[in-house]
Amino acid sequence: MGFYFAQFLTGLASASSLFLVAAGLSIIFGVTRIVNFAHGSLFMLGAFIAYSISQQFGFWVAVPLAALSVGAIGWVMERTVLSRLYGAPELFQLVATFGLVLIVQDAALWIWGPTDLLGPRAPGLTGVVRIFDQPVPEYDLFLITVGFSVLGAIWWMFTRTRFGILVRAATEDREMLQALGVRPARLFQATFFIGAALAGLGGALEMPRQPVSLLMDLNIIAEAFVVVVIGGMGSVTGAFLAALLIAELNAFGILILPEITLVAAFAAMAVVLVIRPYGLLGKQATTAPHAVEIQPPQTLGEAGRLAAAVLVAALFVLPIIAGDFVIVLTADIMIFALFAAGLHFMMGTGGLVSFGHAAFFGIGAYAAALLVERAGIGMEAALILAPVAAAIGAAIIGWFAVRLSGVYLAMLTLAAAQILWSASVQWQDITGGDDGILGIWPAAWASGTTAYYYLTLALTTVGIVSLMMLASGRFGILLRAGRDAPARAQALGIDIKLRNWAAIVIAGSAAGLAGGIFAFSKGSVFPDTLAIPNSVDALVMVLLGGLHAPAGPILGASVFALLEDSLSRLPYWRALLGTAVVGIAVFAPGGIAGSLSGWLKRRRERSA
Amino acid sequence: MKFPRLAAIAAVFAVSVTQANAEPIRIGEINSYTRLPAFTEPYKKGWQMALEEINAKGGVHGEKLEVISRDDAGKPGNAVKIAEELVKREKVALLTGTFFSHIGLAVSDYAKQNKVLFVAAEPLTDALIWSKGNDYTFRLRPSTYMQAAMLAAEAAKTDAVKWATVAPNYAYGKDAVAAFKQVLKKLKPSVEFVDEQWPALFKIDAGVTVRALEAAKPDGIYNVTFGPDLGAMVREGTVRGLYENRTVVSLLTGEPEYLEPLKGEAPKGWIVTGYPWYAIDTPEHNAFKAAYEKRWGETLKMGSLVGYNTMLSIAAVLEKAKSTDTDKMIAAMKGLKVATPQGEIVYRAADHQATMGSWVGRTDVVDGGGQMVDWRYIDGAEVLPTAEEAKAMRPTN
Repeated sequence: MGFYFAQFLTGLASASSLFLVAAGLSIIFGVTRIVNFAHGSLFMLGAFIAYSISQQFGFWVAVPLAALSVGAIGWVMERTVLSRLYGAPELFQLVATFGLVLIVQDAALWIWGPTDLLGPRAPGLTGVVRIFDQPVPEYDLFLITVGFSVLGAIWWMFTRTRFGILVRAATEDREMLQALGVRPARLFQATFFIGAALAGLGGALEMPRQPVSLLMDLNIIAEAFVVVVIGGMGSVTGAFLAALLIAELNAFGILILPEITLVAAFAAMAVVLVIRPYGLLGKQATTAPHAVEIQPPQTLGEAGRLAAAVLVAALFVLPIIAGDFVIVLTADIMIFALFAAGLHFMMGTGGLVSFGHAAFFGIGAYAAALLVERAGIGMEAALILAPVAAAIGAAIIGWFAVRLSGVYLAMLTLAAAQILWSASVQWQDITGGDDGILGIWPAAWASGTTAYYYLTLALTTVGIVSLMMLASGRFGILLRAGRDAPARAQALGIDIKLRNWAAIVIAGSAAGLAGGIFAFSKGSVFPDTLAIPNSVDALVMVLLGGLHAPAGPILGASVFALLEDSLSRLPYWRALLGTAVVGIAVFAPGGIAGSLSGWLKRRRERSA
Repeated sequence: MKFPRLAAIAAVFAVSVTQANAEPIRIGEINSYTRLPAFTEPYKKGWQMALEEINAKGGVHGEKLEVISRDDAGKPGNAVKIAEELVKREKVALLTGTFFSHIGLAVSDYAKQNKVLFVAAEPLTDALIWSKGNDYTFRLRPSTYMQAAMLAAEAAKTDAVKWATVAPNYAYGKDAVAAFKQVLKKLKPSVEFVDEQWPALFKIDAGVTVRALEAAKPDGIYNVTFGPDLGAMVREGTVRGLYENRTVVSLLTGEPEYLEPLKGEAPKGWIVTGYPWYAIDTPEHNAFKAAYEKRWGETLKMGSLVGYNTMLSIAAVLEKAKSTDTDKMIAAMKGLKVATPQGEIVYRAADHQATMGSWVGRTDVVDGGGQMVDWRYIDGAEVLPTAEEAKAMRPTN
């Protein structure tokens, strides 16, 4: 009995530190609708800054100062980057925060160096208390107290202060608040400051529990997302309950099934989203997307078609003039363009955002590799079956996903991708675990750089052209109707959910085909094809290219791949890439294709 | 008289021209520099120093070496793309580097497919040279199996019978636990494994993990966690008294990369593999240590030695092969002897594994920092399976 109580307390301590991070993320989302990828970076900065201050002034001075400094950093982020993006499509902000993650990573490496830093323990709280004869660290009890205090303070602020009431009002209905004469800018700045400070506090308080390292940012962010989604986005009490659920699930789960740690949180998120689509304490109203302007259909004009034909022709003759490496790089870009085109189809035309698109890419890659390795079938059949397998996966995931919308749908896809990723890592007998599957090289006729390049060109062209035709045809029109005017579409007898489901399956099979081609081009498959960074890359490509431009994914994939390839030869290249991503998000909010076509249009108008 | 002199002058001129025109031998190097800088940066400093020394002596057979080094950002797909670029555009003679096991395997498979020599520096997975070994891949650093076997031999000498293990939940952790169990059971059949913990890599919830281990009441604990997970395990375990009166055996923990950040809180009395650079007193190592500290103004890490030995191995194979032809280099790699700061190592012909060994000892706190004491160097050859056994584990093709 004593043992289980102490285990519960240990879980509660972990829940507290998770709550601090998730609460900030949740408040920021509630008010600004920004899914802040950089929240983990703020957590990490909190730990690093607290470490530096503690070397001079000790632990107890370092913790509050670090929280305030990180609050200030969050405020600067809001002022310099995010405040310029409130008018842009929501996902642009996500991409911009992803750029900030890269910048903070390199900044931290530059300032604090690569070595892990072990901060001081909390003076006065280094011992243990015996509860039912079980040792419970004093610091754990302190963390639990902090967690409850912060929850209480936020509750007080939200219910008893004018600021808090305004924040709640903004969470409920931002436009109405604006109409009532409240300046949202101030509110957003204050929210960002508080959210960031909470993340910084969480990071600083981690110092006695684990070394401060450059891996802290990405490690916490996925878990914080899970907590916020389970709790209901924008709900602080929900975040607290969810943090408790996740931490205790882990604390008791590992007593029974130690391997569960990798997947428990994401499995819990998937279950909660299926049963309660808007999280434990979330409300549908808080997540309804803004009224989307009716966007013009995505069709290529005369000039666009000509450009597409020229592009394919140019790609066809490329191997004659270019060296091997250029061909390999171009083939990579084509694969990513197909991957991004599927996501673009689903997001741009269907309004269905996926944070876990790597799931389908990975299913395709693994299906191809496993079919070759286990079933001994040839490359040709494997490349046909890869998109089929991804389509089946997409049908299953999509069946649950279409019942949700907006960020919740995105988060369910993320959970699905994470569950598949942990399966690929864990299920060593089948997938080879981290060691992956090797020796998946093309059939003899397609091997060699040039031959495989032509195969890639043919398959990706067919894939991308089919997606474009679907988007501009009858299916795309119905899909857009469901996106822009769901109520009217429903009244006209269009089954929106069915179309959305079909869109996910189509996007999934495109990603699966891309994954299959990728597996043969690299000769191997690893769990990273299913991991979060791969999903983020696809999102970045789509948004860089332009969400509402048919050529978006092609441009986005090209620019992203070329940027990564050219920058990665330089030191601190991630900061440069991050700056480029943020710059494009801020200065070209329609994406590259959107900005180009806007510029062309203006020019035409001027000359007319 | 005139003629021969002219000929001599012409000959000298010709030689100097060919030397001036001689392209340096290019070496392609790939590693996860931005993903895990704590481990890859000292490694880079190690090979850079070796490269400078080799070129200062005039290179290999009069040709300088040039390394083209690239960051794979921790993505195997990137690593293969870079390998392609290095081989096809930069025309490198051979590939080297990699830290993560899966990236090592991806590059190894690329090397096999494209018939390029790959000298793997750091990846630890046994698959690289055994179950997925190939003709083109050789590996320097002592593998998971070798290091786990060294520790199992020490663990067998203790009184501990009931063991619990804690390892990160991915291939490296799984391999390290499997190897330890296998060797320990063979040496001491009475042992019993009472609990296994599998925290997610770099996401350990150390408090609950420590308590789960405590609940199993083991005599001995075998730890494979490293990096930030290790720091958390040490703190949470120490405050809860997990390590009191227990034998703790811990993989790689004696390496400065892992032990130094713990400072005065480094555990005492753990049996570890590692690198006691501060206490090794041989003329070769002293020279290496002095040169490194002079060149970089910082102390040695495990990665420094691995990086240095990697470049020495490459120079040695080029020296022996007298050619950059892949088949000739592979022939030269088999049985290649390299004089390193830790003594001579041999690349075994049977499984392409170098006999670079490791140091096994106990941890202690000396002058406020973690160090290894009572250590001894175990040659890799002592723990490797015999040539026949190793050959049987490799695919036949």
